[in-house]
Amino acid sequence: MDKISIIIDGKKVSVPPDTTILEAARKTQINIPTLCYHPDQNVKGNCRVCIVEIAGANGFAAACCTTVKEGMEIKTNTIRIREARQMVLNLILANHNSQCLSCKRNGNCELQTLSQELNIEEEFLDKVVDLLPIDQSNFSIVRDQTKCIKCGRCIEVCNDVQGVGAIYNVNRSCDMKIAPAYEKGLSEVPCVYCGQCINVCPVGAIYEKEDTKEVWRALEDPNKHVVVQIAPAVRVVLGEEFGMETGSIVTGKIVSFLKRIGFDKVFDTNFTADLTIIEEGNELLHRIKSGGKLPMLTSCSPGWIRYIEFFYPELLQHLSTCKSPQQMFGALVKSYYAEKMGLKPEDIVVVSIMPCTAKKTEAKREEMHLNDYYDVDIVITTRELAKMVRESRIQLRELEEEDFDVPLGLSTGAAAVFGATGGVMEAALRTVYEVVTGDELDKIDFKNLRGIAGFKEATIPVGDLDVNVAVANGLKNAKILLDLIKEGKANYHFIEIMCCPGGCIGGGGQPIPATNSIKEKRIEAIYQVDLQSELRKSHQNPAIKELYEEFLIEPLGEKSHKLLHTHYIDRSKNNKDKRD
Amino acid sequence: MKSFVSKLCGKIMPLSLKEYREHGGFLGLEKALFYMSPQEVIDEIKESRLRGRGGASFPTGVKWQLVAAEGDEEKYVVCNADEGEPGTFKDKALLEGCPFQVIEGLMISAYAVGAYKGYIYIRGEYPNSIDLFKKAINILKKEGYLGENILGQNFSFDIEVRSGAGAYVCGEETALIESIEGNSGSSRFKPPYPPNCGLWGKPTLVNNVETLANIPLIISQGAEEFLKLGTKGSKGTKLISVSGNVVNKGVFEVEFGISLREIIYDICGGLEGNKKLKFIQVGGSSGACLPELLLDLELDFDEFKKHNIGIGSGAILVVDDSCCILDFMRVTTEFFKHESCGKCTTCREGNRHIIKAIDRMIYGSGTERDMQIIKDIATIMRDSSLCGLGQAAPIPVLSLLKHFKDEFQEHINGYCSTGVCNFKGEGKSHG
Ligand SMILES: Cc1cc2nc3c(=O)[nH]c(=O)nc-3n(C[C@H](O)[C@H](O)[C@H](O)COP(=O)(O)O)c2cc1C
Ligand code: SF4
Ligand code: SF4
Ligand code: SF4
Ligand code: SF4
Repeated sequence: MDKISIIIDGKKVSVPPDTTILEAARKTQINIPTLCYHPDQNVKGNCRVCIVEIAGANGFAAACCTTVKEGMEIKTNTIRIREARQMVLNLILANHNSQCLSCKRNGNCELQTLSQELNIEEEFLDKVVDLLPIDQSNFSIVRDQTKCIKCGRCIEVCNDVQGVGAIYNVNRSCDMKIAPAYEKGLSEVPCVYCGQCINVCPVGAIYEKEDTKEVWRALEDPNKHVVVQIAPAVRVVLGEEFGMETGSIVTGKIVSFLKRIGFDKVFDTNFTADLTIIEEGNELLHRIKSGGKLPMLTSCSPGWIRYIEFFYPELLQHLSTCKSPQQMFGALVKSYYAEKMGLKPEDIVVVSIMPCTAKKTEAKREEMHLNDYYDVDIVITTRELAKMVRESRIQLRELEEEDFDVPLGLSTGAAAVFGATGGVMEAALRTVYEVVTGDELDKIDFKNLRGIAGFKEATIPVGDLDVNVAVANGLKNAKILLDLIKEGKANYHFIEIMCCPGGCIGGGGQPIPATNSIKEKRIEAIYQVDLQSELRKSHQNPAIKELYEEFLIEPLGEKSHKLLHTHYIDRSKNNKDKRD
Repeated sequence: MKSFVSKLCGKIMPLSLKEYREHGGFLGLEKALFYMSPQEVIDEIKESRLRGRGGASFPTGVKWQLVAAEGDEEKYVVCNADEGEPGTFKDKALLEGCPFQVIEGLMISAYAVGAYKGYIYIRGEYPNSIDLFKKAINILKKEGYLGENILGQNFSFDIEVRSGAGAYVCGEETALIESIEGNSGSSRFKPPYPPNCGLWGKPTLVNNVETLANIPLIISQGAEEFLKLGTKGSKGTKLISVSGNVVNKGVFEVEFGISLREIIYDICGGLEGNKKLKFIQVGGSSGACLPELLLDLELDFDEFKKHNIGIGSGAILVVDDSCCILDFMRVTTEFFKHESCGKCTTCREGNRHIIKAIDRMIYGSGTERDMQIIKDIATIMRDSSLCGLGQAAPIPVLSLLKHFKDEFQEHINGYCSTGVCNFKGEGKSHG
């Protein structure tokens, strides 16, 4: 198509038709300020910070939602524009509880940065902040409306990406706010605690419920044996919080840090990820052989579990009964490991470091304990880990790398890929193939199941059976598959579903920003970890073999059932506000 | 006064198809369907130089051409009968006076742009109009004017009546489209404009009631007849709704070119109680406020434009000298604060800061700085808001600041010459 010539601040540029002024300006090294704009979302045009002058037009135009026209003359940096932008920002600030020093997003806040960049010298309008109470109704997500700038990003992610519709805008005019139905707490609506709203929020209006203090306290309690597990998606992401390149792998440094601050044992969720593959793989084979419910759906993503419990309880039979790796880990620590070490389960504290806000609530599920002890006691996110690093004053970048402790720290590359969408499926296929056929699988990279696309499928010959699999991430994509299952049209044996777009590397507890381009780099790093692993198939993990020999006896056995498997709850009853 | 577009109102039974036909009803549609191609219809409208009567005064033929030029199979035409502007009731006169004429206009527009489906979005506060339209549509269906192959021609068309929940912004065309789609009425940013991407993403023609009511007349009588009415740049007539402190209030049809003074003193009989005029507000709540010295302005899109004002929907509010400017401004701003959909920063946040500054002035603690704040905020709202509502809301404020600066100064000095404001901080004495 013919290019369009325009002039931006005196400089001529040619751009394809349908380019917005914002995009065109970026091509001329001008970064027009934005606030509601997010690279992975629809253009909203509501903050009005990106205004520019167009020759011949009366008012300003919003650069994000105005496409260029041939011969357009645009000015982005005049006194009139700078003052107008300051005015717009002042209108926002007047309705913003600007307490930066104690704010979760201090130092990583788009509003704060913008105030600095636009050179705000005075907040000259009356403060009109409505001091609404903070919603702390649940174990995962906190909402502080006094910080909300009404950009609408969280609504888009919750409704259009996740298809949950837990929050939307209520009221009009200056009473407009973002809230769950009837302005209830998040715990009273079908919020799945995915935290995707946190990841897109430009300010400190939504954040994880912080549990770092509990961790510090446990570490200093002389009567407690404190062990920690780290999820696969944490190690390739934490570095971002410390200025390292996106996709840096910092596993050894995290281990070293955790040992330094006093954990008795530093273990790896990847160990139970391998274990999940054994249990889940066997469950799949069992279902196929015995005519059980198919397709079988993965069960390691707690936001996804909440989703199906809320919206499709009639399909709960399709879920694998396997607990998530986090929960399997906790259950084993308080049984197998406790026995082995001669410890009482009540003296052990299990901490997990997760990419996920939903994991905090998962750990508190009623089913997730043995006798009186929760499998997992405290869950913190990658972001909270970063906070602990900062608080400790230990310089992460300079730490020597250390290895996980044994035995629950041993894992394979198959476990590592759990962190990216498609990973669980790939890991399962590596094992199922070999278990069924007895042959060695030489092409173990299932490349067509990889990548950030929301939906992928494949057919893999396993012996004389063609196994049909599908992989979805983001709940809206999951919904499509669930509807197919309901209609009896889902001709799959096994479906992997991850609640968060991109999988756990895009989890609601991960460093912000987490745009698609950043997520792609994180995914690359995940497969790097896999490639660097000595063993790349779960069933080859010697510690897993030992675990079965010494303790579990056999997959899907009696102990497994008690410790590693679970059941689900129909939550549709407390889902009166279900919206499509 | 003139009697053109409204000539059948009050003269025939609104639901009598027979009477409507006897007075030339459906001649326009028949002429279009039997003797004209869609393009010829559009050309005729272009030639008439009819401009939209809903507020933006966009050339109607040009808009039709935009929709016709879109390749989609599926297109829509919408009649905007939301009439939410306070002090505006001229569409109601047409809706209830001659519903068939409005429907005929909508049908001709559908034929011209290639749409098979139309909507009439009627303000919820007009239950009578809604009822009339539903009945009128049923009558036309029975008589073969709506449905498949209308009048035996290769043209099929159906109309649905929708009604709004009373939000003012729903009259804005993109908010109206959202509302028809079943969403809460808030504006979309433009572009894309409805002619390219409107209802359900399809090309959509949105026209005002009065615009559409002109169509059958232009087509049946020919553009030439229409061009005889009005001024060089503004053809035809305009329905105006006059309210406020005048003797004769109501809807009047006038020819473009008449002066504001003639409207107020000749047609409406001057001010009640022979009071002195303070200002008139033209175009509804978001219209500019014009002092006495601009009264000789002629009703003409271009003349108005020279003064940077719009005719809007054609509402005229007449205000006598007992009114306090600040008090008036507060009421207007409060209205827009209530009506803002809350989507964009400037309109959502702006009004309340203007009100705060006005309040300081009204209660005696106002300063020059408050005047500046009012001006700055009104300006940013006008220049930067997402939709017409936020862009137009500050127009009265800015015009009052311009023409009645002294009265602001007066308040800063602790004095209200009209006696409306009470500086003891106890609120207003009346109003
Ligand atoms: C806040 C706002 C309210 C409006 N209300 C109405 C209305 O009630 N009726 C109407 O015809 N146009 C209204 N408009 C104008 C419409 O957006 C649109 O321009 C008009 O319906 C087009 O029809 P026309 O070309 O026939 O004038 C409104 C515009 C704005 C910004
Ligand atoms: S959200 Fe940003 S600007 Fe607001 S208090 Fe927090 S850090 Fe400061
Ligand atoms: S946590 Fe997820 S489900 Fe809950 S409000 Fe946020 S985006 Fe919606
Ligand atoms: S909570 Fe955050 S993302 Fe949601 S509207 Fe407010 S500022 Fe935007
Ligand atoms: S200008 Fe006002 S009514 Fe229009 S989109 Fe913005 S807030 Fe909504």
